[in-house]
Amino acid sequence: MGKKQEPARNSTQRKYVKEVNRRAPRPPVLRNVILAFVTGGTVCVVGQAFTDFYAWLMDLTPQEAGNPAVATMILIGALLTGFGVFDKLAKVAGAGLAVPVTGFANSVVASALEFKKEGLVFGVGGKMFQLAGAVIVFGVVTAFIVGLISALLP
Amino acid sequence: MYVRSTAAVAGPKEGRGPLGKYYDHVYDDNIAGEKTFEKAERAMMKDAALRAIQKAGLTANDIDFFLAGDLLNQVTVANFTALKVGVPFLGLYGACSTSAESLALGSVLVDSGAARHVVIATSSHNDAAERQYRYPTEYGYQRRPYAQWTVTGSGAAVLSAETGNVKVTGFTAGRVHDAGVKEPYNLGAAMAPAAADTIITHLNDFELTPGDYDLILTGDLGKFGTEMLFQQLSTGSGVDISKQHRDCGLMIYDRKEDVHAGGSGCASSALVVFGYVIEALREGELKRVLLVATGALHSPTTFQQGENIPSIAHAVILEREE
Repeated sequence: MGKKQEPARNSTQRKYVKEVNRRAPRPPVLRNVILAFVTGGTVCVVGQAFTDFYAWLMDLTPQEAGNPAVATMILIGALLTGFGVFDKLAKVAGAGLAVPVTGFANSVVASALEFKKEGLVFGVGGKMFQLAGAVIVFGVVTAFIVGLISALLP
Repeated sequence: MYVRSTAAVAGPKEGRGPLGKYYDHVYDDNIAGEKTFEKAERAMMKDAALRAIQKAGLTANDIDFFLAGDLLNQVTVANFTALKVGVPFLGLYGACSTSAESLALGSVLVDSGAARHVVIATSSHNDAAERQYRYPTEYGYQRRPYAQWTVTGSGAAVLSAETGNVKVTGFTAGRVHDAGVKEPYNLGAAMAPAAADTIITHLNDFELTPGDYDLILTGDLGKFGTEMLFQQLSTGSGVDISKQHRDCGLMIYDRKEDVHAGGSGCASSALVVFGYVIEALREGELKRVLLVATGALHSPTTFQQGENIPSIAHAVILEREE
């Protein structure tokens, strides 16, 4: 996001924007929060089931079983996007589907599919991370800083 | 000048709406047999333009000018369609106000004697607009309750010096407004002050009152934009248009469709006017209509660079000649 340049608003504009903000219909926050809690929770239960399944199947520790489980969840998110179902589910689930790794998968696959028409290199390759890029960049930066702190602490 | 013929073609969601029966053609899906959404939008505009020419009993050779515009970068839908139509072409951009802009300019060309027949066309496409202005079409997110839904379709008309009983008798070109709104999902609120100003200016210039019209039709303010229009009119001038006013964006879709605050896009006013309103004037159901088509003049770049959303509204008088 970064700091955005704030153009001057004169007093009429400030008054109008205030009126707009006062009257604008609000999103149903309580309903959205409850749905996000339920759907997000369901996604986590499914993820946990896969973790337990892989731990049992391949005789892994729960920590090791996390990796194939995440990969499976990404695959499910990608498939749902490809079949055109994810956006319809996300309209209801909101953050419940966006925050888990399924949301990340959706943003990458949706971009890759959308820009396929602009070619394999500049379309799929160039635009695949147009939404997820920010998550990756700031994820890496955060991980670097946290890693640095944890290395410096005794 | 006379509106000699009109044509409107629409996507499936629009076709299911209450005005569905007025459209000349409803496509089965948004891709319209093409490979990309952009090509689909072009196919729709070409379809609408050729149908209007045919319904006027003319051929492309009879047309002096083709005036068209759309929402995609560099107005490519209109440019590429003009290549196919093969008539001298003037490209227009007024965002969603382009329908009124083309009606006004086309009428001036005919009225001045510079042209006998002019074809005008405007279009918009939900998926093509989404991928340019917002997110990839399969990206999942929750839209704001005041967000609007870009209408898929195209409307066209032939304006002529002769024959017909529906006339364009005047217009008021709008000034560009900056209401201070930045949010690109709240376009209705961004455009409402421009619409209010054009309506007041128009009524003063032509010495008319809202009661002189059967219908004052805004292009795509949507539900919340309409509320802000009434707020602007009542605080600004005391002009009351509540008896005559309707918004095209609220007329297109069935209530059960999930379009939040209503339709938007060039095709919003184009479908309603070139599909329904002209027909209603022809049949005598309406006598005099003021079309106030509104447009938000931002781009994804100006928005990301933190600028306000400028807007415009053009008003055109459509009248039945007895």
